[in-house]
Amino acid sequence: MTVLEIRQRVDARGLSCPMPIVKTAQAIKTLAAGELIEVEATDPGSVKDFAAWSRSTGNDIVEQSVDGAVFRYVIRRK
Amino acid sequence: MDEPLNVVVFSGTDDKLQAVAVLTAGAAALGRPVNLFLQYWALDAFRSDRIDRDHGLAPEAGAAGRVAVDALRAAGQSSWAETLRQAKELGGVDIEACSLSMDLLHLEPSDLDPLVDGVEGVTAFYLNAGQGQLLFI
Repeated sequence: MTVLEIRQRVDARGLSCPMPIVKTAQAIKTLAAGELIEVEATDPGSVKDFAAWSRSTGNDIVEQSVDGAVFRYVIRRK
Repeated sequence: MDEPLNVVVFSGTDDKLQAVAVLTAGAAALGRPVNLFLQYWALDAFRSDRIDRDHGLAPEAGAAGRVAVDALRAAGQSSWAETLRQAKELGGVDIEACSLSMDLLHLEPSDLDPLVDGVEGVTAFYLNAGQGQLLFI
């Protein structure tokens, strides 16, 4: 089993739309292509927002999970 | 998504400015350019000595709307000004004051918050808008 190497983490818990995406878009700029970022958010709208943002920007969601009210995304920079 | 989102921002209440800020930040996160054109009461809300004040809500909010907005704010929602600052950090967001409204309100560029990039007329706004969508809020 390979363990994903997370380059950066974004804590967007408690932030309302569109701040989880905005914080992620800011943070991912500091990564090199192929590097991974992990985001935690509590905004339920983030599920569709991250899917749409990923499709539009080409930054792939490589892992996605829900733990109670916390949505977790691992995204690879394009 | 290269065509810009263009918003004529007319209203100066916090709820409508919050809507503008959310639309702006969302577009900026997608890498889409945004042009905001501040007129009338919206421009007044961007005065550096007033931007952090309470600007009230649209009349349709009523008392229940006031309670709902306050609850969201108490839960940590960023103000519209802070949301716009974050959006500008992403790049591609240009905020211009309408020169006619500057005259109307007797404002100088130095009266405005640094969020505002400059002053222009409607012709420049249309030119920068290109074929992108145009909203009026």
